[in-house]
Amino acid sequence: MPISRRTFLKASVAGVGISALGFDLKPAYAAVRQLKIRNAREYKTVCPYCAVGCGTIAYVHGSGGLNTTNTIIHVEGDPDNPINGGTLCPKGASQMGLAISPRLRKSPMFREGGASEWREVDWDFAMDWLARKFKESRDATFTEQDSQGRTVNRTNGIAWVGSATVANEDAYLITKTMRAMGLTYIDHQARI
Amino acid sequence: MPDTLAIKRISASPSALIPLESLRSGGPVYSKLVDISKCIGCKGCEVACKEWNDLKVEQTSNFGSMQSHKDLSSNTWLLMRFNEVEIGDDLSWMIKKDACLHCEEPGCLFACPAPGAIVQYQNGIVDFNQDQCIGCQNCVSGCPFDIPRFDKETKTVAKCNMCIDRVEVGLEPACVKTCPTNAIQWGIKDDMLALAEKKVETMKRRGYEHAALYNPGGVGGTHMMYVVPHGDRLEDYSLPAHPVASPAPLGGLNVLRRVGSYLLGFGVLSALAHFLAVGPMSPEEDS
Repeated sequence: MPISRRTFLKASVAGVGISALGFDLKPAYAAVRQLKIRNAREYKTVCPYCAVGCGTIAYVHGSGGLNTTNTIIHVEGDPDNPINGGTLCPKGASQMGLAISPRLRKSPMFREGGASEWREVDWDFAMDWLARKFKESRDATFTEQDSQGRTVNRTNGIAWVGSATVANEDAYLITKTMRAMGLTYIDHQARI
Repeated sequence: MPDTLAIKRISASPSALIPLESLRSGGPVYSKLVDISKCIGCKGCEVACKEWNDLKVEQTSNFGSMQSHKDLSSNTWLLMRFNEVEIGDDLSWMIKKDACLHCEEPGCLFACPAPGAIVQYQNGIVDFNQDQCIGCQNCVSGCPFDIPRFDKETKTVAKCNMCIDRVEVGLEPACVKTCPTNAIQWGIKDDMLALAEKKVETMKRRGYEHAALYNPGGVGGTHMMYVVPHGDRLEDYSLPAHPVASPAPLGGLNVLRRVGSYLLGFGVLSALAHFLAVGPMSPEEDS
């Protein structure tokens, strides 16, 4: 069959059209996600949760410049720390949430006796309420003398539970204050 | 591309059947070693995995087990399974770190018809590239360990990538780093094999006579190996006793698919050629 000039041109246009559809079978290589901490600044810190005190590294984005707000992007164990050698428990591994979780409560929650719902209150209200209840309980349960007539000046109606997340100085102040109030039930909650 | 990411196999390409040779001498071939007898079930690895890979949080519910999620998902690449089994009068906790085992002969890669969607690196890691994934889920049926999970929103499949972004720069995967009891260890595969041998010996001395290393040969060995105290009860750990992945049947399907698509294209081209050479069919004139 003779191919006319017109047929040849038609075939050429069709060929170009088909190749434009993409017959490139060269396999695309997998793109590995870039290391997300590659340009982050490292801050060595200590896990705030329990009394073990694992060393952690907080990775922070932000230059620290005057007009910037830094944000934490990742937290993992500090391999140089002799306590944990880089390891972290599930709670420690998720501690970034303590800093940036949108679910984090920023103000005290209050549920009155008999109420079924929690509501947000401001700190002034919470502190006043706590102080009033503290005084009421103390006044009601304060004993100056025990059954044998010995002076004890203690408050048996209140107990104080400390926390692993408070610092040494906080713990000292808590103990001093609570002893001054007459508390004898002072304990520690190592894993809070 | 750095040497740590030298490629061994690419899905739907000839290298799926004949692994690529690297021009340079081989870099380290890595492996995880999970000593189940040392696991305390803290699930730190699960949290570290979610945190490092920025995987979305899923609502969990208590279904009477220590297990956090019921199953793996496209957003849960690592799940500690807690199977409770009675051996004699004793309750045994058959813990399994359920995540991709990174087979030496990966069934998912052999089954994948999308070029470049699954890549195996010379260091042993099998990675999914969601940009190239066509969402056909052949990898799900190709995997002898039932690991890959389809994501309905992105229409792609996802699984553990052994934190390849960390491994590339010399860091261990997130789950390995966080493990507080040394139950997950990381290193060159030969070292891990030697370590596993020692662990098995120790366990046997302590009365676990069936202690064994799980590094199944049916898939050419894996790059996450387990040391199991009860090697005779693999099914209680949800570990398949004889997993098999072979390039021939899975790859054969892909060849058939390719032949089919070529035949289709040949048909279209032939029709076009016929149109050009003979011209369109003209309606018969009424006589």
